[in-house]
Amino acid sequence: MLNSRKKIIDTEKIAYWIFLILGIMNVGFVLMICVYLVLAGTPAIAKIGPIDFLFGREWASTAEHPKFGILPFILTSVYGTVGAIVIGLPLGFFSAVYLAKMAPKKVRLTVEPIVDLLAGIPSVVYGFIGMLVLVPAIQEIFSLPDGSGLFAAIIVLAIMILPSIIKVSVTAIEAVPEEYELGSLALGANKIETIFRVVVPAARSGISAAVVLGVGRAIGEAMAVMMVAGNAANMPYSIFESVRFLTTAVASEMSYSSGLQREALFSIALTLFIFIMIINMILNMFLKKGIKR
Amino acid sequence: MKLSKIFTVLALTTGIAVCTQANAGTVSTDGSTSMEKLIGVMSESFMKKNSDITVTYNPTGSGSGIQAAEDGRCDIGLSSRALKADEEKTLVGTTLALDGIMVVVNNKNSVKDLSLDQIGKIYRGEITNWKEVGGADSPIVLIGREAGSGTRDGFESVTGTKEKCKYRQELTSTGDVITTVAQNANAVGYASLSAISKKVKGLTIGGVAATEETVKNGSYKLQRPFVLVTKKGKTLSADAQKFVDYTFSDEAKPLFDKAGVVSAK
Repeated sequence: MLNSRKKIIDTEKIAYWIFLILGIMNVGFVLMICVYLVLAGTPAIAKIGPIDFLFGREWASTAEHPKFGILPFILTSVYGTVGAIVIGLPLGFFSAVYLAKMAPKKVRLTVEPIVDLLAGIPSVVYGFIGMLVLVPAIQEIFSLPDGSGLFAAIIVLAIMILPSIIKVSVTAIEAVPEEYELGSLALGANKIETIFRVVVPAARSGISAAVVLGVGRAIGEAMAVMMVAGNAANMPYSIFESVRFLTTAVASEMSYSSGLQREALFSIALTLFIFIMIINMILNMFLKKGIKR
Repeated sequence: MKLSKIFTVLALTTGIAVCTQANAGTVSTDGSTSMEKLIGVMSESFMKKNSDITVTYNPTGSGSGIQAAEDGRCDIGLSSRALKADEEKTLVGTTLALDGIMVVVNNKNSVKDLSLDQIGKIYRGEITNWKEVGGADSPIVLIGREAGSGTRDGFESVTGTKEKCKYRQELTSTGDVITTVAQNANAVGYASLSAISKKVKGLTIGGVAATEETVKNGSYKLQRPFVLVTKKGKTLSADAQKFVDYTFSDEAKPLFDKAGVVSAK
């Protein structure tokens, strides 16, 4: 009896240590990446000068007198992300409202797996379809010399962020207690009024979290965007301009880069990392607020 | 290829020059970044057969490679341009391979031939419509490769468009260039000779079609040499000589195709 009890305590301990080590490893990976990015990213910023780097309008990394201004990339990433949200949010939000509150069970059971599937498609596939279908279509519809550019990237990103917006919104809407709804209906509001005046405001923080999650996904996407955005380092003056995002700036030049050019690419990665950190912080804020409610 | 990549990354991230004085069992090469692929496949297959010899490659650019050979800091300098007259006083250049670059357009495009001068004007943005070079009345869309690409470097140096190209799209692989040009009737792009497919139309340059033969005899102008640079009067180390001999052997022949270039022999 005493023996077997001892054994139980032992396995507990072993399990405890295994989980502790695995947890520490996880934290270690994140810390390693952070430290490496900062170490690799800061020297070039110091060499180029933070103002010239962040607000320089010209990027010519392999020129004889190289220029490392990443303002075009920053603006492109911001515009691209905002554009994707502007198109993706209404689509995703209304789909979520429909799925959570109005759809017959059958429709919901078919549509939800499809949305999941959309989330599981690799980004290179989005890019490839964008390249073969979307880019020629944009060229045709707007009679442009070439369809690739900011607009094509925005459309691809908008479709890519749909699943996360829909799923998180559905969860948020469903988390609203049924009593709210019943109360509203009892007071004489109809279904649509109830949904938009009562349920959605109550689910506000969850829906905000969905938006931030979408922003995070859109700003970090590289592969699909690289295939449709054109990748010339232009300022995004027009929506059809061939542009380069922060992510694609790193990805497209990394393989052949050397010297200061490579260091500058790490600095771009660091800039992107800081952007995403800020977005994550905002996301956490919304999520915490959601719990307090 | 893998090994040379590792060397490249090591050299770059640590900032340590791999190129050192020849010591036993090491052949150091230094220079042109465009030659990475060729030297990569060559050294990989060479090292498989001679496991006691290590070939290192330091991608610094043709100028630095020539300088390194001059200073004796490496066994073999790599240059993707022919040596200049004053460089030839102290150095010997041996052309290992020729890199032919093809200009491609959409199959629907009626233009069949461009001169080197016209290509330069098109890529500098001085000619912007196909009708100026005998095609349909439609804008020209310039497709190119990313900064740092060997093909881009070769194309721009031969056509005199360095840092002046008005690219509409900068793509990261030959396949993407071909696909994009195949999609867009207005597009023009360039790709290595070996990568050409039926999906796009290769143009003749000044009336000469790009084939292995015309690249070899020099009549196809859009090409550049890949040169091994060594110091005059200085004998190579036995290992380095072995490597050079290997690159010119029949055994190494198929490797040129793999690297997408034409053997100079």
